[in-house]
Amino acid sequence: MKKKWSKVFMASALAAGILAGCGTGNQGASGGGGNSDVFKLGVNMELSGNVASYGESMTKGIEMAVAEINKAGGVEGKQIEVIKNDNKSEAAEATNGIIKLTSQDKVNAVIGAATSGNTVAQAQIANDTKTVLMAPGGTSPTVTVDEKGKVRDFVFRTSFIDPFQGTVAANFALDKLKVKDAAIFSDNSSDYAKGLTNAFKETFEKAGGKIVGEESYVAKDTDFRATLTRIKAKNPSFIFIPGYYEEVGLIVKQARELGITAPLMGADGWDSPKLVDLAGADALNNTYLINHYSNEDPDKKVQDFVTAFKDKNKGEAPNAFNALGYDTVYFLADAIKRAGSTDSVKIQEELAKTKELSLVTGVLSLDKNHHPIKSAIVLEYKDGKQVFNTKINP
Amino acid sequence: MDWLQQLINGISLGSIYALIALGYTMVYGIIKLINFAHGDVFMVGAFIGFYAITGWGLGFFPALIISMAFCAVFGVLIERIAYKRLRNATRIAALITAIGMSLLIEYGMIFIRGAQPEAYPDDVVPNKAISLFGVQINSQSLFILLTSIVLMIILQFIVHRTKMGKAMRAVSLDMDAARLMGINVDKTISFTFAIGSALAGAAGVVFGVYYTKIEPLMGVIPGLKAFVAAVLGGIGSIPGAMVGGIILGVVEAIVSAAGFSLWRDAAAFIILILILILKPSGIFGKNTKEKV
Amino acid sequence: MKKSKPFWAFVILAAVVYGVVQFFTVSGLLNIYYSNLIITISINIILAVSLHLVIGITGQFSIGHAGFLAVGAYISAIATMKFELPFVLAIVIGGVVAALAGLIVGIPTLRLRGDYLAIATLGFAEIIRIMLFNIDYVGGAAGMQVTHFTTWTTTFVCLFITILVISNFTNSRHGRACISIRENEIAADAMGINTTFYKVAAFAIGSFFAGVAGALYSHNFYIIQPGNFGFLKSFDILIFVVLGGLGSLSGSVISAILLTIISAFLQQYPETRMIIYSLVLVIVMLYRPQGLLGTREITDLFKWKPAKGGH
Repeated sequence: MKKKWSKVFMASALAAGILAGCGTGNQGASGGGGNSDVFKLGVNMELSGNVASYGESMTKGIEMAVAEINKAGGVEGKQIEVIKNDNKSEAAEATNGIIKLTSQDKVNAVIGAATSGNTVAQAQIANDTKTVLMAPGGTSPTVTVDEKGKVRDFVFRTSFIDPFQGTVAANFALDKLKVKDAAIFSDNSSDYAKGLTNAFKETFEKAGGKIVGEESYVAKDTDFRATLTRIKAKNPSFIFIPGYYEEVGLIVKQARELGITAPLMGADGWDSPKLVDLAGADALNNTYLINHYSNEDPDKKVQDFVTAFKDKNKGEAPNAFNALGYDTVYFLADAIKRAGSTDSVKIQEELAKTKELSLVTGVLSLDKNHHPIKSAIVLEYKDGKQVFNTKINP
Repeated sequence: MDWLQQLINGISLGSIYALIALGYTMVYGIIKLINFAHGDVFMVGAFIGFYAITGWGLGFFPALIISMAFCAVFGVLIERIAYKRLRNATRIAALITAIGMSLLIEYGMIFIRGAQPEAYPDDVVPNKAISLFGVQINSQSLFILLTSIVLMIILQFIVHRTKMGKAMRAVSLDMDAARLMGINVDKTISFTFAIGSALAGAAGVVFGVYYTKIEPLMGVIPGLKAFVAAVLGGIGSIPGAMVGGIILGVVEAIVSAAGFSLWRDAAAFIILILILILKPSGIFGKNTKEKV
Repeated sequence: MKKSKPFWAFVILAAVVYGVVQFFTVSGLLNIYYSNLIITISINIILAVSLHLVIGITGQFSIGHAGFLAVGAYISAIATMKFELPFVLAIVIGGVVAALAGLIVGIPTLRLRGDYLAIATLGFAEIIRIMLFNIDYVGGAAGMQVTHFTTWTTTFVCLFITILVISNFTNSRHGRACISIRENEIAADAMGINTTFYKVAAFAIGSFFAGVAGALYSHNFYIIQPGNFGFLKSFDILIFVVLGGLGSLSGSVISAILLTIISAFLQQYPETRMIIYSLVLVIVMLYRPQGLLGTREITDLFKWKPAKGGH
């Protein structure tokens, strides 16, 4: 008899817990009433975890742009208020983050996630709640197009997409470096690297190049020597390494130690000051990366941005992620201006119509899949410094 | 000459596993506790070494010694604070405390300095590639191998030739009998933790020099792998930990060399499960009868 | 019927809980953030209760529960996304496959004891995770996108069934056999209890409900990645069970509720959350190694009150 009571109390405990949740729920709903004097901008970024360096850089760029716009009178007479959320570089936390931003903080738009996977984790909620979601760095096509090939109406991005980067890398290797064979060593734990690998392989093989070896690793690995030895045995004259800086730094160092002298190349995932610390300046010689932007681009818009950024950050030069974060805010602000309203459906319609918008990271036009068509830049590492090599237009 | 290169890769990695595994095996041998926090002592050692080298501008050996000393004290503190009270508690309580300590050290470290990785400077140990029969042998890996071997010889000496070592062996054989014979059991256990943790600290510095990147969660996977190495060699056995570590390192290199680098971590756990099922006492372990 | 009154009391209370939450959700008083939190709490309760059966009742120290969660999550996601089966069927399939995985893992490893079993289950969970990493069919490491199907109603029904089945199992003769294994395996064996059978059975039932929780989990979070099911997730579940009291079902439920709420409020401070978690874990183990409630149920606190009890 007694034992059955356990269920009763258990259920009442459950009820108590849930009612406690309800209590605060009501407060949240009444407290979050719309304050229409400000435009609330949620920022759901990787502020800790694996790729914290990207999230921090982008947030810096976002805050700088917001400060400038607010100084100039804000958007449609409203000051922009930034509400930050740390997604810890994890997809589930990114989902929780956008749920919190849209329902608790009642933001007007969200800028978020530096990487593709964490942006995809938010995309469906953005569409369901009709919140504009801007991805500064989500380079995978799946960010704006769902698995059935349908465009996600409320999701936009500032960066070019992975297939473009992969194509640029393949053409650069064939035309500039004049190589005929290449190996690929890619990060198996990201959509990003997989997208790049496929595009690179396709372009490279179509143009008559030969892929002599294809290996992969998993984020957080530290020992790549065994696999690199395997690659070395195939003696490729070029190695494409799509991945993120934390592992790429170690790969470059270990590759050079094993006597691999071939040029190495990667994409925007390489761009972090930590890469130079990890790999060492010597090992990075004869390596190339594709990027959204270069500090040395003589374009006036770029140079103005570099000067303004240095003034704000004690002389520290901006990187591509700072620029992308910065541009994303202006991309959004431009659409709000054209819409003449902060209503998210109107903003969304105007964003989709963006044409020839001049930004720091290039001139941006959107295609029907919300993929920006813009230029990419190839940089070369020389003694630990990124040096401008070529600018490639789409 | 590929296989020779791979063998060298594997042995270098294995010697780091072996250094960590020694601490696991000694602690388990003496108080039958899987010290999950051991992998994190390794992480702390790597950071102490890093700060000693970059902050104070010390060389490799002074940094190694500072890191070992710090970790020895740290290990004893962990034992005194967390594990001492649990000596007669259930296995489950002890294991959960160890998991708790491990998380506490990891996130305490993140709380103090953030989660971003740090890069060991490149020039701590002469880094030259020596070419032998077409095989690139890095002077760093030779250096590391030598350091590990010297530390293991010192350990063998302590355990088999000193009075404290004798006490350690006695306590691990039968704690109550050792106490009756006048051995200070608490002191002996603390000493075991000190030695094991010092070796983990040394492994941390060696890891930092060899792999460059250190971060607060770096101890988790090497810690687990070192435990696998300890079980493989026969938990409680010092030569077993060394051999187990080297074997594990070489197996991982072979798996990667065969083109299955993505399955490398799984290989370690499959070995663990096979060993546990087929020969739970490990390569060097003694079979124990179940006591009722 | 001797047991009918408390049983109906449980059903009525459950119905009230369900009704209250459903009312608040439908009337819009409960926004998506809180309804999501309630679903997360319920999923965590299912996980805690299923592991409670393995650790708390049968005394088998498994620290790889997230592996079965992963199996349930992925199998059910494949069922709905690739084969377009109804969600309810996907939950059942997720549970059954997880139970099968439990059998495959359990039969060889449950011969081991204590620490060795713990490490072996941890190893198996890691192997499951690495397998998911390497299967491109389910998106590999980049993860798999899943449509949102989990609602409060489905979650609640699963929670209700889980608690009912596990508490009935515990109170049956099979449950008592499991408890005897926890107390003394050799003595239980000597009394003629088929210890291997009961250990594997408890393990499989626990895995089944972990799989059910996985199905709810995957259809609640839009994207699942193998990285979500690492051993930190296993430790999270373990912490619910251990803090509540090893052997106390109500303890697991209460600690799952409390810890999920605490962790949601500490979401902004991930490092602090883990520090608090680990400190609590160590302190509880040092000063109250049997957990908050020990092996007692919360009802025991009221046991001298009149039979009508309650509040």
